[in-house]
Amino acid sequence: MREKLEQIKAEALGQIEESGALEKLNEIRIRYLGKKGELTQVLKGMKDVAPQDRPGVGQMVNEARAVIEDKLEETRKRLAARAREEQLKNEEIDVTLPARKMAMGHSHPCTVALEEVERIFIGMGYEVVEGPEVEYDYYNFQALNIPKGHPARDEQDTFYINDSIVLRSQTSPVQVRIMEKQKPPIRIIAPGRVFRSDEVDATHSPCFHQVEGLVIDKKVTFADLKGTLDQFAKELFGEETRVKFRPHHFPFTEPSAEVDVSCFKCGGKGCRFCKGSGWIEILGCGMVHPNVLKMSGIDPEEYSGFAFGMGLERIALLKYEIDDMRLLYENDERFLKQF
Amino acid sequence: MNTALSWIKAYVPDLDCTPQQYTDAMTLTGTKVEGYQCLDRNLEKIVVGQIIKIERHPDADKLIVCQVDIGAETIQIVTGAPNVKEGDKVPVVLDGGKVAGGHDGGPLPENGIKIKKGKLRGVESFGMMCSIEELGSSRDMYPDAPESGIYILPEDAPVGADAVEVLGLHDCVFEYEITSNRVDCYSVIGIAREAAATFDKPFCPPKSDCSGNEENAASYVQVEVQDTDLCSRYCARVVKNIKIGPSPEWMQRRLAASGIRPINNLVDITNYVMEEYGQPMHAFDLDTIAGRKIIVRRAKDGDSFQTLDGQQRTLDSEILMICDAKKEIGIAGIMGGENSKITDNVQTVLFEAACFNGTNIRLSAKRLGLRTDASGKFEKGLDPNNAETAINRACRLIEELGCGEVVGGMVDVYPEKREEKRIPFEPAFYNRLLGTDISEEDMLRYFKRLELTFDEAGRELIIPTFRQDLECSADIAEEAARFFGYDNIPTTLPCGESTAGKLSFKLRVEETARNVARFSGFSQAMTYSFESPKVFDKLLLAEDSPLRRTVKILNPLGEDFSIMRTTPLNGLLTSLAVNYNRRNKNVRLYELANIYLPETLPLTELPGERIQLTLGFYGEGDFFTLKGVIEELFDQLGLHKKISYDPKAGKPFLHPGRQANVNYRGQTVGFLGELHPETAENYGIGDRVYLAVLDMPQIVELASFDRKYEGVARFPAVTRDISMVVRKEILAGQIEDVIEKKGGRLVESYELFDVYEGAQILTGCKSMAYSITFRASDRTLEDKEVNAVMEKIVSALKDLGAELRA
Repeated sequence: MREKLEQIKAEALGQIEESGALEKLNEIRIRYLGKKGELTQVLKGMKDVAPQDRPGVGQMVNEARAVIEDKLEETRKRLAARAREEQLKNEEIDVTLPARKMAMGHSHPCTVALEEVERIFIGMGYEVVEGPEVEYDYYNFQALNIPKGHPARDEQDTFYINDSIVLRSQTSPVQVRIMEKQKPPIRIIAPGRVFRSDEVDATHSPCFHQVEGLVIDKKVTFADLKGTLDQFAKELFGEETRVKFRPHHFPFTEPSAEVDVSCFKCGGKGCRFCKGSGWIEILGCGMVHPNVLKMSGIDPEEYSGFAFGMGLERIALLKYEIDDMRLLYENDERFLKQF
Repeated sequence: MNTALSWIKAYVPDLDCTPQQYTDAMTLTGTKVEGYQCLDRNLEKIVVGQIIKIERHPDADKLIVCQVDIGAETIQIVTGAPNVKEGDKVPVVLDGGKVAGGHDGGPLPENGIKIKKGKLRGVESFGMMCSIEELGSSRDMYPDAPESGIYILPEDAPVGADAVEVLGLHDCVFEYEITSNRVDCYSVIGIAREAAATFDKPFCPPKSDCSGNEENAASYVQVEVQDTDLCSRYCARVVKNIKIGPSPEWMQRRLAASGIRPINNLVDITNYVMEEYGQPMHAFDLDTIAGRKIIVRRAKDGDSFQTLDGQQRTLDSEILMICDAKKEIGIAGIMGGENSKITDNVQTVLFEAACFNGTNIRLSAKRLGLRTDASGKFEKGLDPNNAETAINRACRLIEELGCGEVVGGMVDVYPEKREEKRIPFEPAFYNRLLGTDISEEDMLRYFKRLELTFDEAGRELIIPTFRQDLECSADIAEEAARFFGYDNIPTTLPCGESTAGKLSFKLRVEETARNVARFSGFSQAMTYSFESPKVFDKLLLAEDSPLRRTVKILNPLGEDFSIMRTTPLNGLLTSLAVNYNRRNKNVRLYELANIYLPETLPLTELPGERIQLTLGFYGEGDFFTLKGVIEELFDQLGLHKKISYDPKAGKPFLHPGRQANVNYRGQTVGFLGELHPETAENYGIGDRVYLAVLDMPQIVELASFDRKYEGVARFPAVTRDISMVVRKEILAGQIEDVIEKKGGRLVESYELFDVYEGAQILTGCKSMAYSITFRASDRTLEDKEVNAVMEKIVSALKDLGAELRA
């Protein structure tokens, strides 16, 4: 009996040792430990063993079983680890194969620029508002201190619908509409489409976008205007940007200024981008003209304010180095995908 | 406006700065310098030489060998120029020197052309004699230069001296951008005054008094202004015994630098004064003026008039004319007439310096299609007081240059003299507006430089009439700011009550729409708001379609941009076509922009502007792709009610069997569909195109960003599948309506998992299979509850003609 057990054990251990595969291990388990397995058969043969020997034999069988199970488990773990290793090795991929593209679309560069501008001014407490694109002559001109016959009307080649209705040539009419209905303090920006009868070329489009800004409150100063736009320019073009205010003329602001920023390409040394000057003009601004305040129902004795306006396309062209304005309205996907 | 620095310096003699310093300083006080060009650029080692001997070149017929005295020595120069002779004084560039350009007068090379000694056909040459083109200039500036050949200097040029100096080329021409309010700065005097103020140097305007002889102009000519609303002043002076000839070189140079071609002394003087004082002048041949009388009046409609350029012009009753006793002799402020123009035989000249209504001149010039230097000045609105100074200056120049005898006196029709304005001096206001602390003394110092005088008693500033732009205290504040320096104004931030920065609700909804479109693979397009009326035909719209009622532009850039769009389709389809033609694959575009719908035509109030979300694509995807985008957008905007799709959208530009209106809570908020193949053909797109348009104003009304947590289901769901055969005309939407209505609150969701037509299914029918999920939020559903509901659904489906399958 004992010899038989030893023999079974040795055989089992030998087979386990040589098995080499997980499936084989299972076969071995069944062959020796299964219901009809050899070790089970030995237990079944207990009835032939003398009763006094039975506990000893039983113990021997259990010991053999334990040894075989341990060996099986140990081998299974080893083989499983090896198989996992093998599997991982086989599953190696070429990580430089092309990516499966996410099919997201892209925003128009003007929108990208506008969102940057909006983010900056919303952070400074400005509300984003809108006004009509087809506008009364009154709001587009008269209420902005540009009466009929004023030469500024010619400078801006306006599209007319009739005597009293135009396609707005600037976003400035929104200033007036806001001042008429809102009490100071007012802090708004007004982005939108504007129209001028310029033939289409690399730097002109008859339809483009502006962003207007307006602040009306007690004691608003030109210094506040400078500070606000200085901060804006640094946010938009980088912390090291320098800002220059040059006297200029707009009928609806006084004093007025044009604003240049140091060229963000060369840092102000002068390059092709800034035509050698080191500066790039980005917007016009000024203190709201007392006539405009009065016409909009705001008392210039009590309140003052500033306004500014910039061309969104111009910002986009400059910031993203787009060399032809026509690209903005062609909508070639290969162009749009770059924003 | 272009002006030579030497001309400015003539009136600001102490001005001493580099061109760049001048540019920067002037720009910072508001006279923007656009650029400048130094006339002596790349001119090095060029002296006055005198040719003392000319011999033929031994080996070349076309070359000559010259001995040239350059002061310190005599050098030998070989040249091919045909025009030199012994004794001529010429500009000579010496060995190692530089000239600006080639003799052909082409574009000037960046770094000029270096000149070295060398041999020409074996004969040594130690320099080069220069043509005017090689000196970087042109015959426009130096009309006495030969068409090709060496420039011959005046006889009195000192041998050995700097030829660039002798030629007056040590100068710099500045280009200014003058703002429309600064009418006074469209003149040399105006800019010089600003330069003097900017650099704080004395301003010395030219002498302009000229009394003339003992006679009186009034005995030569009478002036009558009938339309004083268009002519606020008319000054006339007379010059007799005219001697026409060239004007002096300095005058020619200054005119040429300003872009005006010198002609003769008389014309040059009028042009010179126009540049100098900004006051256009006109010269009539007095002998051609009938009755020796000038009448200023409006023309008659339909009158015809020949201007001095020989063109016949048709007039109207708003055009102001200069007439004599019998006929019209000039269009006021725009151009003189052929019938009174100055010829070389002129004996007596009538000078006119007038002040016409700027707006009238501008509009007349526009209607006539005739914009001249003079009209360009007049249209800005001139100072009538300047006319007198200018005409006297012209007469003084006549005397100084000896080109005629000035008759004494001036005929002056000036019914209402323009007086100087007075504006209260309010230093505290200026500082409050600017955020500065400029002292009163400093302000008054700046104002004095600008010729604003301070009336101490009344604490008022007296504004000279040439500064018509100064009207109120804000204007004066700007003057203080300009000379205090915009740079020196502090930078602060507004300090008042704080305000909330935000997007309007509408803009938030639009932002969400842009994001959903973008996440769904659509890129943003932007197209013009105006288009051609032909687009309606391309879109197959009926003749009486309301979309053809458009807002029309009076002055469009051609018919293709003449109407405000009433549908956003053309823009997007055109953009898709551009992409298709460029072979871009799978293109998805969207646009978020207005259409313009007139309430009444002709327009009496503003049209309705409705922002439209337009989605369009070709390539991968189909009708249901777009439907998915719409439903995702509705979900993101809190529109959780069922969207229904009505196939009877009636859009002629869409495939008749593949289109639907998008209905939400009983409103039609948009449509989608496949582009009609004929429309696709009209746009040249050879692929199926899918389009959707949502009317955003309605969506904005419905949208909400409020969210409420509704809990996550805690009780198990029961799922039942149902399979049926129905007639083809029955829409999935109808079946879903039944499931929702009959299923009631227990139906959590349902999903169409199979649609099939073909073999084994009766012709004209289709098989459909839904999986319906039931759930209650407060208990586990029992089978019999679900069975009861299923029975209701099944029986209602049978009413639709559905045949249920196992």
